[in-house]
Amino acid sequence: MSGGREILYFALRNNKLRVGVGFVLFFLILALVGPYIARYDPLDYVGPGYHPPSREYWLGTNTFGQDIFSQFVHGLRSSFLVGLLGGGIATLIGLLVGFFAGYMGGFVDELLMMFTNILIVIPTLALLIIIAAYLPYRGVLIQSVIIGFTAWPWTARAVRAQTLSLRAREFVDLARISAVPTWRIILYEIAPNMLSYVFMVFILQFGGAILAAVGLDFIGLGPTRGISLGLMLQYAVLWNAVHLGMWWWIVPPGLAITLIVGGLYLTNVGLDEAFNPRLREK
Amino acid sequence: MLEVRDLRVYYRTLKGHVQAVDGVSFSILPRETLGIAGESGCGKSTLANALVLLKPPMEYIGGKVFLGKDELPIADYDAMRRFRYRRISLIPQYAMDALNPTRKLGRIFRDLVMDLGIPFDGDLKRKLRERLEFVNLPQTVLRMYPFELSGGMRQRVVMVQASLLDPEVMFADEITSALDVSTQKAVVIMLQGFVREGFVGSLAFITHDLSVLYQIADRVLVMYAGKVAEILPCEKLIGGCRHPYTKLLLSSLPKVGLRHTEHPLVGIPGQPPALLSPPKGCRFRERCPEAFERCTEEPPLLEVGPGHLVACWGETGDA
Amino acid sequence: MGRYLGRKFFIYSLTFIFAVTINWLIPRFMPGDPIMVLISRFAGLPEATKVIHSYLTKAFQLDLPIWRQYLNFWKALLRGDLGISIYLYPKPVMEAIAEAIPYTLVVLLPAILVSWILGNGIGAIAARRRRLDSTLLPLFYILTATPYLWLGILLAWGLGVVLRAFPIAGAYGFSLQPELSLRFILDFLHHWILPFLSLCLVMLGGWAIGMRNMIIYELEANYSRYLESLGASQRLIRRYAFRNAVLPQVTGLALQLGTIVAGQVTTEVVFSYPGIGYLLLQGILNQDYFLIQGCFLFIVIGVLLANFFVDLAYVFIDPRVRYAYSGGR
Repeated sequence: MSGGREILYFALRNNKLRVGVGFVLFFLILALVGPYIARYDPLDYVGPGYHPPSREYWLGTNTFGQDIFSQFVHGLRSSFLVGLLGGGIATLIGLLVGFFAGYMGGFVDELLMMFTNILIVIPTLALLIIIAAYLPYRGVLIQSVIIGFTAWPWTARAVRAQTLSLRAREFVDLARISAVPTWRIILYEIAPNMLSYVFMVFILQFGGAILAAVGLDFIGLGPTRGISLGLMLQYAVLWNAVHLGMWWWIVPPGLAITLIVGGLYLTNVGLDEAFNPRLREK
Repeated sequence: MLEVRDLRVYYRTLKGHVQAVDGVSFSILPRETLGIAGESGCGKSTLANALVLLKPPMEYIGGKVFLGKDELPIADYDAMRRFRYRRISLIPQYAMDALNPTRKLGRIFRDLVMDLGIPFDGDLKRKLRERLEFVNLPQTVLRMYPFELSGGMRQRVVMVQASLLDPEVMFADEITSALDVSTQKAVVIMLQGFVREGFVGSLAFITHDLSVLYQIADRVLVMYAGKVAEILPCEKLIGGCRHPYTKLLLSSLPKVGLRHTEHPLVGIPGQPPALLSPPKGCRFRERCPEAFERCTEEPPLLEVGPGHLVACWGETGDA
Repeated sequence: MGRYLGRKFFIYSLTFIFAVTINWLIPRFMPGDPIMVLISRFAGLPEATKVIHSYLTKAFQLDLPIWRQYLNFWKALLRGDLGISIYLYPKPVMEAIAEAIPYTLVVLLPAILVSWILGNGIGAIAARRRRLDSTLLPLFYILTATPYLWLGILLAWGLGVVLRAFPIAGAYGFSLQPELSLRFILDFLHHWILPFLSLCLVMLGGWAIGMRNMIIYELEANYSRYLESLGASQRLIRRYAFRNAVLPQVTGLALQLGTIVAGQVTTEVVFSYPGIGYLLLQGILNQDYFLIQGCFLFIVIGVLLANFFVDLAYVFIDPRVRYAYSGGR
């Protein structure tokens, strides 16, 4: 049994991984298919307000008579988009900064890590708020970008540590002695060894970006047009859905976020166990 | 004394059992230092660990072990607790890293002893002080944390800890491998002192380096691929060994006074067999320069001289 | 030790300077013109407009060279002048924040403390028993993935609206005034429980996971294995492992502060709890930029202080840090 097949063997038998991927896939499919089967436009006032779930309105309607199922599936889409883009950007920046700092060492390393450590201390949400508050127009795209640009520091720190340990291995030394250009060493020697690690980091950043977006939307800095799960929750609270007991308005968005992010975390742990024999479930 | 009869301890893996210790028999006599030698992966460390702490993925397959008059329940984790440390002890391969980093050394000694239900009283404290002195450590180390000591000092602390309760047998697992030659020498002399002074009943010294064994051991056990190849008195090692593997191991050593560059080392060609599904018969035969047809059968361990046992078909004719 | 804290202090000072600079930079260089927005919002209130206008020219000093603007910004800040809130006009931002801070701390600090202690305890127990571990661990992961605000909403709905056990808005009843009477204190606690719970529960999951993983890691360390080889009881081995596993959890406290603060902000919004988070929401909804900036600054200062205290505590609990920076005694 080769290394790759062994990892696959453990990956397929790992319950955490199965459950985690299951959750994520379920909502992903719902996000992709949902908007096509939803009967109404998410922002149209299509029916009576305060309507509990029924055959007509699958998840009921909100105070204004908008269809919650339609909002929900469109919101799912934007959540996945934020996760993909925001998480992707954060991973990429973290990867570049960490790689570069760890590989170059010396002054470059000192400087980059100083900057990273400064950003790590500043609470991401606070930074997001101050940036987002001054944007006259906000869309899902811009939101993802600013989340990506504020969430990378811990990734940079972790990637740097990984790079340092890989750099010390002999195959990298060998390449360096034989005068292989730096970019080739990074691309062909170091990067492949970090692939599994980077993937797991991306999963965590994906979940982190979704959570950050929900928080931002909820305090009124969400997309100025369109709909998202965080916005649904904000409106629900602003329009007293809690007092009025409109559970169909407050449960689905939060539940979806919890299960998606929880699923991502479980996937991450499951993968970690599959990659690292020491952690495997006995 | 320790007597091991036909011990089998395998590693349980996904792909099957790795036969790391497969039918090993030997004994360690009182006040004796037994050297255990072999290439890495031959099962010598597994042997020591199995006798002290046998737990998954190690699996007990068979065999008996006697310590003095008692049978050692090595497969029974809890029953073994009565024997560990008090009667059978170990200096591990990772001795430099074997102490809790956030406890002062004095506390580490006391915590463990009291945990075993032994009072940490004047006698034991006096013994501890004497032993620290014996290994050239100042008493002040007891008030220090492990990371405040050098690696060598930590190793000596572990030597003192392992022997504090005067065990009947102590295993020292590859403890000289990471040291330079002069430090090696000092550690070996200290361990010899441990046996001479009766700190430990007898010592089993495990190493891949025959030249170190030659300095310390009374008898030498050579292991190959989970089995005993040869057991012989140390003085017969040079010139008197009979197993082809032992001979090759010896010839791969640099001669005293020779510089490495002048005389290239003669390695042993080939690789030890995979212990997942080892070949039938003698496990050395594929690398053995003297192998013949009979070697496809399992060779018995036969006495070829006083205290000299060999597992090789090449010997059966003469003996 | 002095060197260690000196280094940390240096980094935190830089962070503070950085945060203040961001605070100064963003209103000036973001697209759009926040100052115009500010003034236009008060077009209907001639008197306020005049004050705001004169204030803005003073605060932003757009006629001065950039470096002077920056310098003056710092000067005002060091005097404790964060501008005047528009939403709470004419209350200075500093005053509004000073009123809100106690409410934030009274929820935040107990929630952190209780969740940290409970979480570490539960995590350590989970690491001990395999069956418990396999049921508890997924639960912890779900808990830590729950947005604070949603758990808050659920608790408000379940315990507040359905069961009518707790009030779900404000820090005390409308009919009461803050005073040192039993009636007020009980009412205050009654309002306090739900925000506290929602914050505490989500954090609990994170701490428990961290502790469980750290203990398992420590139990596989060489020193644990050696103790086992010498016949030590599981009790002793676990005691050592627990002690060593707690240390990184203290660092975790500092690392998690950012997300915890985010949780606090959104939780206050859910329960209309009059802390910094609620103030921030008002600032955002009313485009009260001075208020937003002031809140940002105070959150950063709070997190910096907390970080520094954690570093300080670390010197006392981890002998390795003490040793590494004392140059060996």
